[in-house]
Amino acid sequence: MTGWERFLDTFFNARVMAKYWPDILYGMVVTVELAVLVVISGIAAGLALALLRALGIRVFNWLLIFVVDVLRALPPLVIIVLIYFGLPSVDIVPSGFVSTWLALALVLMAFSEEIFWAGITAVPRGQWEAARSTGLSFIQTLLGVVMPQALRLTIPPLTSRTIAITKGTALGSVVAVSEILGQASSAVSNSYNPSPLMLGAAAYLVLFIPVVVAGRWVETRFAWKR
Amino acid sequence: MLDTFFNIAIMRAAWPILLAGLGNTLLLSATVVPLGLLGGLVLALLARSRSRWVRWPLMAWVDFFRAFPPLVLLIFLYAGLPFAGIELGGFGCVAIAFFLNTGAYYGEILRAGIDSVPTGQSEAARSTGLTRGQTMAFVVLPQAVRNVLPDLMSNTLEVVKLTALGSVVAMPELLFQARQAQSLTYNPTPIVAAAIIYFALLWPLVRLLSRLENRALRTG
Repeated sequence: MTGWERFLDTFFNARVMAKYWPDILYGMVVTVELAVLVVISGIAAGLALALLRALGIRVFNWLLIFVVDVLRALPPLVIIVLIYFGLPSVDIVPSGFVSTWLALALVLMAFSEEIFWAGITAVPRGQWEAARSTGLSFIQTLLGVVMPQALRLTIPPLTSRTIAITKGTALGSVVAVSEILGQASSAVSNSYNPSPLMLGAAAYLVLFIPVVVAGRWVETRFAWKR
Repeated sequence: MLDTFFNIAIMRAAWPILLAGLGNTLLLSATVVPLGLLGGLVLALLARSRSRWVRWPLMAWVDFFRAFPPLVLLIFLYAGLPFAGIELGGFGCVAIAFFLNTGAYYGEILRAGIDSVPTGQSEAARSTGLTRGQTMAFVVLPQAVRNVLPDLMSNTLEVVKLTALGSVVAMPELLFQARQAQSLTYNPTPIVAAAIIYFALLWPLVRLLSRLENRALRTG
């Protein structure tokens, strides 16, 4: 065998790939499930918190800012490990999937709350005052006048942050979630061949390249013109 | 509850182990951040090339590493490359994987920064007799960096947090040490302690960033 053939046989072994591609495909499904759950719950929670913050209840806001800061400062993997290995000590035993979902959704919640809040404060005061003086209530002003303007501002930063956090689903492999990386890693140790890892890498690219390209488009499309 | 998550005796016992981990976390960050910045600068400067044969592969490179979860890259270097006879060791794998990942991010940020400097600036600088290199180094880059400083800092924060992935490939950084201590003591206190250390280390940066970001949107 030439060196090139040996390389192909090691990293692109057709036999190994044929055996393990259903596993990787299953991993893709789990990754997508996890990602969708994280994105929906994380952004919804972040938006809810930002709206609550607009009510201006001082003690609540201090607490909120502190929690958001904690979630922004801790590495997501530390939060996953804390949930997965910590909670069982108080007889709550979350699965790896739930731990990863919870941790990533909390992180996305924190980041998106910050982004939504920055968007809300970026809407000029005059908008508030004008809306209130036409007789709209505080809630009507917030939801009908301020949020539509704020949301547009938040789209570019929110997109890139969401993509970055969604890639964190790979961290689930550390706590035995059978997503792409987990499936690929166990296939590598079962077959003693790195080809499944190449399949896994391809699976990530198939999932995320379109997302990154779409994100690039969204960022330019909604860019905040100076 | 306190005994489970904030056990003082265990915290005291685990302290030296955690401290060693913190040292490695800092060492790793101090390696990856400058390398990533340098790589990002090279990418950002090359992105200004007029030839599409330079620009297109570059964009593909950046998108590739932005789409690829850093942990997957790390596992590939750590578990895949040895099959090709290349053994990089824990630290080497982590440093290279994160350099590739974060270099792409720094590159995108710096490119946006350079784009944000008005062309008149470099035209003016060139007409006073500065060379292209001098214009870039003394006129464009300082303004570019200032314009995207919050993004650069935010990415640096992410790099420090990223180092926690080193634990997956047995690199003895803070999280790895905490998990070792946890499995020795059957108690989650060391992980809580590690979380507190991360928080103490990164909170100032988070606060500062949150201010800068708010201001940027408001005046933007």
